[in-house]
Amino acid sequence: MLDQYKQPNYPMEMLSAANLFCERDERVLFKDLNFSLAEGQVMQVKGSNGSGKTTLLRILCGLNDGYEGDIRWYGHELSERTEDFAAALLYIGHRVGVNKVLTPMENLKWSCSLQSAVNDAQLLDALAEVGLRGFEYSACFGLSAGQQQRVALARLLLSPAKLWVLDEPFTTLDVKGVLMLENMLTGHAQQGGSVLVTTHSPLKLDGLVELNL
Amino acid sequence: MNTATTAGTSVWKAFLSTLKRDLLISFKRKNDIANPFMFFFIVVSLFPIGIGPDADKLSEIATGVIWIAVLLSSMLSMDNLYRADFEDGSLEQLLLSPNPLFFLVLAKNISHWLVSGVPVILVSPVLAYMLNLPSQAYGVLVLSLLIGTPIISLLGSIAVALTVGLGSRGLILAVITLPMSVPVLIFGTLAVQSQLNGISPTGYLSLLFAMFAASLSLAPLASAAALRISVN
Repeated sequence: MLDQYKQPNYPMEMLSAANLFCERDERVLFKDLNFSLAEGQVMQVKGSNGSGKTTLLRILCGLNDGYEGDIRWYGHELSERTEDFAAALLYIGHRVGVNKVLTPMENLKWSCSLQSAVNDAQLLDALAEVGLRGFEYSACFGLSAGQQQRVALARLLLSPAKLWVLDEPFTTLDVKGVLMLENMLTGHAQQGGSVLVTTHSPLKLDGLVELNL
Repeated sequence: MNTATTAGTSVWKAFLSTLKRDLLISFKRKNDIANPFMFFFIVVSLFPIGIGPDADKLSEIATGVIWIAVLLSSMLSMDNLYRADFEDGSLEQLLLSPNPLFFLVLAKNISHWLVSGVPVILVSPVLAYMLNLPSQAYGVLVLSLLIGTPIISLLGSIAVALTVGLGSRGLILAVITLPMSVPVLIFGTLAVQSQLNGISPTGYLSLLFAMFAASLSLAPLASAAALRISVN
């Protein structure tokens, strides 16, 4: 299954979780959850509404600490590797982090600079690639939800992060956008990067791994 | 060593970029700048109308009125600090940055002070003139505000960070921030009063500056911790 594209000889385990347990409002979201995500793997987190997909992603990113269990980053305790992890992580949540007053250019410039600074030419290229040519300098409140989503997705092209954690990135995208994002995920996996993604729509990706909550 | 230098420039770049972004947002949403400033101006100008144009009475209360109006007007703009970022998800991006949150929070606080504190400081001599404050106290008044308003921004940031996740906050921000600001109010007004009484205000200004140094180094840590709790 994984042989279809070039894999490193030993796909390294990037992120793994053991016996993960999370309870919210006295309701168990998940318990005894085990999974491991290797380099070059795309994992789709599946589950019904309210099953804790977003919570799981936020726990893995370190935004939520209401859990028990063991999360490891390249075999080390996540809490001992927070700096490496933060440098290697790109999270795009349900709320995409796009300020409506600013233009796509200004938004992207700031969100990229939090991780690693990029120059204006790279920003323009990335925005053009996600289909926002001509909108670079118009305020985001004039853009549709899908276009705002694309502003956030442009970060995927610029960030050096190895692990992408995407919460419902497909919801507001049109058919072309879905195809574009699927290509981006495939490309990232081919370069040895990993993706954790939640979505309800079926994904057409080679080597897709599923995690059911 | 090489990695240390690149990390250093990256922190500096993230700091500058956050500062620039917040200033840009404030300039685009003009009422961020106008609201505290207008509120300050209006509240202070109501006093001569309400109390009457008795020059002696006004000069007696001038310092207190200006300082209290500064405190109240800063409450107005405080919520802008993290509210919009919390709602659109930018705050999560800020928290996930590999750069120290201390400096990013500090950048946001500096931007907030530049937008809400500086205009108020600039206009304070005009209002002091309106309230008939003796002119030898103008310098000390401006100086005390210059040291005092950043403290209010830094302390207020902790309260905003703590309450940003709450649905309806109402007065809770003021209830947390204003009591913490009382020492600033005391030493700020005492500095001006002592100048009026012909005593050197240096002692009070030094104490105010000590509070500034303490809050500059500690408050962003508390804000950062509070933000992590709020987003949780």
